[in-house]
Amino acid sequence: MIGMITAAVVGCIGITVYGLLFGLVLQGVDRKCAARMQARYGPPLHQPFIDIAKLLCKDNIIPKNAVTSVFNAAPVIALAASITILLYLPIGSIAPVLGGWGDIILVLYLLTVPGLAMVAGGLASGSPYATVGSQREMVTMIAYELPLAIAIIAIAWRLNAAGVVDPFSLATIAQTPVWSVVGIPGIIGMLLLMVAMAWVTPAELSRVPCDTPEAETELCGGILVEYSGKNLALFTLSGAVKTVAMATLAVVLFLPWNLTWFVPLTGAAGIIADLVFFVVKVLLVVFFSVSLIRVGMARFRINHLVTFYWGYITLIGFAGLLLLVLDAVLGMGVVA
Amino acid sequence: MASKPTYNIPIGPIHPALKEPILFTFDIQGEVIKGVDFAPGKTHRGIEWMGMRRNPVQIAHLCDRICGICGVSHTLAFSRAIEQIAEIEVPERAHYVRSIIAEFERIQSHLLWAGVAAHELGFDTLFHLAWRVREEAMDVIEYLTGNRVNYGIVQVGGVRRDFTDDQFPRIYQALETYEGLVGKLVTLFLEDTTIKLRCMNCGVLSERDALELCTVGPTARASGLAIDVRADAPYAAYGDIDVKPILPDVYADAIKGDVYDRIVVRLFEVVDSVRIIRDLMDQMPTGPVLWETKYAKILATCKKAEGEAIGRVEAPRGECFHYVRMNRSETPEAWKVKASTYSNQMSWLKILMGEQIADIPIIVASIDPCMSCTDRVSVIRDGRQGVMTGDDLHHLSVEKTRRMQE
Repeated sequence: MIGMITAAVVGCIGITVYGLLFGLVLQGVDRKCAARMQARYGPPLHQPFIDIAKLLCKDNIIPKNAVTSVFNAAPVIALAASITILLYLPIGSIAPVLGGWGDIILVLYLLTVPGLAMVAGGLASGSPYATVGSQREMVTMIAYELPLAIAIIAIAWRLNAAGVVDPFSLATIAQTPVWSVVGIPGIIGMLLLMVAMAWVTPAELSRVPCDTPEAETELCGGILVEYSGKNLALFTLSGAVKTVAMATLAVVLFLPWNLTWFVPLTGAAGIIADLVFFVVKVLLVVFFSVSLIRVGMARFRINHLVTFYWGYITLIGFAGLLLLVLDAVLGMGVVA
Repeated sequence: MASKPTYNIPIGPIHPALKEPILFTFDIQGEVIKGVDFAPGKTHRGIEWMGMRRNPVQIAHLCDRICGICGVSHTLAFSRAIEQIAEIEVPERAHYVRSIIAEFERIQSHLLWAGVAAHELGFDTLFHLAWRVREEAMDVIEYLTGNRVNYGIVQVGGVRRDFTDDQFPRIYQALETYEGLVGKLVTLFLEDTTIKLRCMNCGVLSERDALELCTVGPTARASGLAIDVRADAPYAAYGDIDVKPILPDVYADAIKGDVYDRIVVRLFEVVDSVRIIRDLMDQMPTGPVLWETKYAKILATCKKAEGEAIGRVEAPRGECFHYVRMNRSETPEAWKVKASTYSNQMSWLKILMGEQIADIPIIVASIDPCMSCTDRVSVIRDGRQGVMTGDDLHHLSVEKTRRMQE
């Protein structure tokens, strides 16, 4: 028992450090890629680290009419929740630290916590810009949660239909690629779900075209407008960790293969090879659903955003779900 | 349903949506604008005051600095007014040099605006692209005048530099660059789904409102008013060539007067400017570019001049208007600058009403406002800024007339 607790504690610390560092590296890569696509030189890869170091040196400014307790608690909660998500997600062939204590439904709920913390912080900061930003963030969350839930439920259901035990466990999903149990309609369905997931990612991470809650040119930063210094650093870190979490979730759901499944590598070499392969997959996900989308589009208006996610993306998700159901009903692929 | 409460959002005086200081106050219901008010006068620099203490040759250089973008329009309008009063005959080649620089200025100003508009929409890739493309015009202007921003080329009686024959290939090269880019710019700005989604039917100004609010320039033309000083009252070399006002129907089927139409008008004006520069260069006469090279003689002529005149120029943003009155003295007796934004700004109240918060930046930017051109007066007493009403102004002018009669 004590051994288990020690392992969990060490694992948690390790994952926290990994999440923070990898998150900032991902932001650096994203900024560099976006800059190059916009024909700019772009900042050095370690620019996010410099930014965080700078913010940590600065004082927190708390507005006069802010609710101080909520205002200060929000960034801590957001960062803690983002890191907690990582504890339930497998990294390469390394099993999740707290895998035995939670499943993908928990991850789905945890993903909303940083957003809710931001809403609370925004409403507590007593600025009209932050208030409008918070309202928009809530609307955005309502808009993208449904397609995200559809994608997750569809995959878990299909695994269940294939007779896989414990289909909601992330370890199971990572071990059993859905692609290997579905037939032709299922593969089309999975591709549709992948499209939906690729579009949910920028919304979940509040990046262009879904940065409506922050909307620099309209709301001067919206939710975060009153945040400065250490609090802003915590929110930035929370965003970075959430990027890792979303990309990892996408990898687990749609690209779960490990290198060791194809190449006979054992022990440390195998783990490292899987880790490198995993990093490449995460980078690909971030490039396609964050960098590429954000350089290619203008910001949505809030009503466009809702129409887009509730209309098009949800429809795509439902189509994917139906095809997966059809796949199982027609008995194509693996059915128990 | 019970009516939702409205709340107040200030935009400005300093805000990322605004490129220059101005204060907007919005009454917002949910995300919808229910009331708009704005207070200019936040960036008044007293240029007219400075000008009233200087001679016309010096004022020409002050005019360069009224606006950061229209480095030539204000100077040209002022010079035209002085030249009319002092009856100075500008050499024909100088007219051509003035017009060519003015057209390059239009190209760079419209591309700058296009970039800003893209940024306001959150489309930063397009913003970087537009500004990179704009550099070609900036380079040519620097090559021809020696300056990137305050060109200092126009002066009373002509221009300070002539184009040499070996400079022509560089100009043609720039024109070819833009001719090659037109298709790409049209695709990127006018066929992009997100831009259409955000700009079509947004910030609509009807033809009637445009007329009644006395809008000028691309803002008026986008609503279907065929007005353009270059065509209506040709100045410089524009009388020699064919200039027609560009209306949105060059691209779209119908004229709606929305933000999208304003993009259309500006982009196609860039295309037209390239054509105009070609025409001007084909017809460019030879000869001097200055009425008189001795400054002392120009000054003496201006000092002897008596009378009043108006200089009108089609700046990239619309009509730029200078009124000058000389009365046999070194300094002008009166000098009044009316920038295009002064005429266009009242349309904000109309086009912002009923739109969403998200559209504020692009709608405000859509008339291409230039506040430092516009702000001519700012009343500050005891640290508080007041607003002069029509009655106040009338009262003040009556007082002044009385003082002068004594």
